[in-house]
Amino acid sequence: MRFQLIGVNHNTAPVEVRERLAIPESRLPEACKKLSEHPGIEEGMILTTCNRVEILANTKNGVGADLRGFLQNYFHLDRNEFDQHLYEYNEREAVRHLFRVASSLDSMVVGEPQILGQVKEAYATARAVGAVRAQLDQLVTRAFAVAKRVRTETAVGSSSVSIASVAVELAKKIFGNLHGKHVYLVGAGKMSELAARHLMAHGCASIFVANRTYDRAVSLAYKFKGQAIHFEDLHNTCDRADIVITSTGAPHAIFRREHGEMFLARRRNRPMFFIDIAVPRDVDPAMNKLDGIFVYDIDDLQQAVASHVADRRKEAERAEAIVTAEVERFHARIQTLDVVPTIVSLQDHLETIRQAEIDRVRGRLGVMTPDQEMAVEALTRGIVNKIMHTPISTLKSAAREAEATTVIDLVRRLFNLQEKRLVKTPDDGEQD
Amino acid sequence: MSIFWLRIALGFYGVGLLYALFAISRSSDLLNRIALHASYLGMIFHFVSLTEGVLLTGHLSMAMVHNSESLLAFLIMAVFMITYLIYKTTSPGIIVFPIVFLLTFMAATRQQPFLLMSPGMRTSWLVAHISLIFTGYAALVLSFCASLLYLVQQHSLKSKRSDGILSRLPALEDIDQIGYRSLLLGFPFMTLGLVAGSVVAESTYGHVDLQDPKIFLSLLMWAVYLVMVYTRWIAGWRGRKAAVLASVAFAAAIVAWFANYFSTIHRFASS
Repeated sequence: MRFQLIGVNHNTAPVEVRERLAIPESRLPEACKKLSEHPGIEEGMILTTCNRVEILANTKNGVGADLRGFLQNYFHLDRNEFDQHLYEYNEREAVRHLFRVASSLDSMVVGEPQILGQVKEAYATARAVGAVRAQLDQLVTRAFAVAKRVRTETAVGSSSVSIASVAVELAKKIFGNLHGKHVYLVGAGKMSELAARHLMAHGCASIFVANRTYDRAVSLAYKFKGQAIHFEDLHNTCDRADIVITSTGAPHAIFRREHGEMFLARRRNRPMFFIDIAVPRDVDPAMNKLDGIFVYDIDDLQQAVASHVADRRKEAERAEAIVTAEVERFHARIQTLDVVPTIVSLQDHLETIRQAEIDRVRGRLGVMTPDQEMAVEALTRGIVNKIMHTPISTLKSAAREAEATTVIDLVRRLFNLQEKRLVKTPDDGEQD
Repeated sequence: MSIFWLRIALGFYGVGLLYALFAISRSSDLLNRIALHASYLGMIFHFVSLTEGVLLTGHLSMAMVHNSESLLAFLIMAVFMITYLIYKTTSPGIIVFPIVFLLTFMAATRQQPFLLMSPGMRTSWLVAHISLIFTGYAALVLSFCASLLYLVQQHSLKSKRSDGILSRLPALEDIDQIGYRSLLLGFPFMTLGLVAGSVVAESTYGHVDLQDPKIFLSLLMWAVYLVMVYTRWIAGWRGRKAAVLASVAFAAAIVAWFANYFSTIHRFASS
């Protein structure tokens, strides 16, 4: 066992649990340091966001460490309180989980872009205090590369999900740049206000507000630093706006085809975008037939949202395939860095030689007492162990450095060790 | 050798053509990039081919006439690239690439007929005439592409579906701008080109023969062009109406182009 990860996220733990496990940014460096000093842990990193707390560790000598114990000590919590919410991954699964988190596949809103930045910050913090060095460094930087691949090769994260952002996206498809465009808010409502706010945030220049009750229009206009307009003047002023968001409680359509024709004539056919959030609808569907007028009602918007979600699911599947391939790749790479098989085959190799030598001289020694037998055994074993001591400790320390492959290669060549030969083969005998 | 370079250019434009075919069903950044690079390379070879044509003939005007399709294709590509640099979109390529490919193909596979050069023809005016008119043509082609794309994008926005290449088309207003700007840019070129042509005709024949089909069609095309600029400018026509006009102008341009074979003044004798 090498990589180990435990954590809680929005799926496994309610916010009460997550907030108790969260570590404020100011204390993160110290926590990382503590983690890397925890028994059995070689390197460690802590990721804490509002949706997740995760502890990633590279454990010593391939033996698992007690990460739960670390959490318990650090937060002085009762194990029962959080144990049921924790997930734990080892090795390949830990690698996969980290890749998925960095690629925003494990996020509440799949594809949201912030998480990668948060992982990067966690990495930088842990690295600054020396908690991340050799292998965790490789793992995490690989995770960044995977996240980048997922972002460039799939459309995960490229489309938006809420109605307001779909409205912005559609407006951008019509007008390109929203800078200098004017918005007309007809009627008030949470959703239409949100849409207006989104549009303004994307650069729209000004906003007009009309409402049946003028006072309400004034207060809304004040909120958006816009201009309040009397409802009677609606049709006379509407052509000034490029984007009209309507959500009145009117029982009949407020905007009919002839209005549309009038607007177009006044606007010299520059396009207009109607976002109709009202039910029953404020805009006559016949308006959509006019060249240059685009009407989206609440159903159209919701459908766009739904199709984006479906798109995302499809893209997420492709992203998962990328992650799987990358996990395999990383695993294969990390294995060449693994010193354990080399140590095992080195021990095995020397043991074979020892056994063979004892067998060879046994005839000449004649019958031995059990004491003598043990003495020979201890003598030979002692020699072998003394010989092996330096190479093995060199290998172990090399595993923590970047030069691991070179050292492994050298040892394998010096002792003529075959790849992953853990079982004795007849060839061994020929070496004496 | 000139034709050899042109054929290499044709190969690269072929990649662009494939892009145009593929882009209808799916879209990817990789495809875009491949098509763009193929276009750059194609344009380089194309330029070499054109330059060599000039050097071989020794006369700029002769070379321009002999390689007219090739020259037009090159200018269209140039306008397309300028559009790409400004708007960062390769979408017009869906229409531009097939047209350029076709023109280059014609130029690369067929021996050009020779123009009957009258003695005393004012070649510098002829060069001006051809280059101005061709730039006008190139702008017109792009404007035509843009108005078609406008229709497609308008349809996709109205039908409330967007998938494949449609989701990658530039914004409606951007397409509109591309069309309008190339229209505005092309019109003075076309006008001055016709003026230069009439100067050539005046100096060579003493009069401009309006009965000549090529001249007549060119004037007709210019008139449609004028109507397009006017309706756009004054009434802000776009969308369907503008597309119809652009198609008429484009059709007139094609007919005028091929009218070479019936024109007495622009007649080419086969070599």
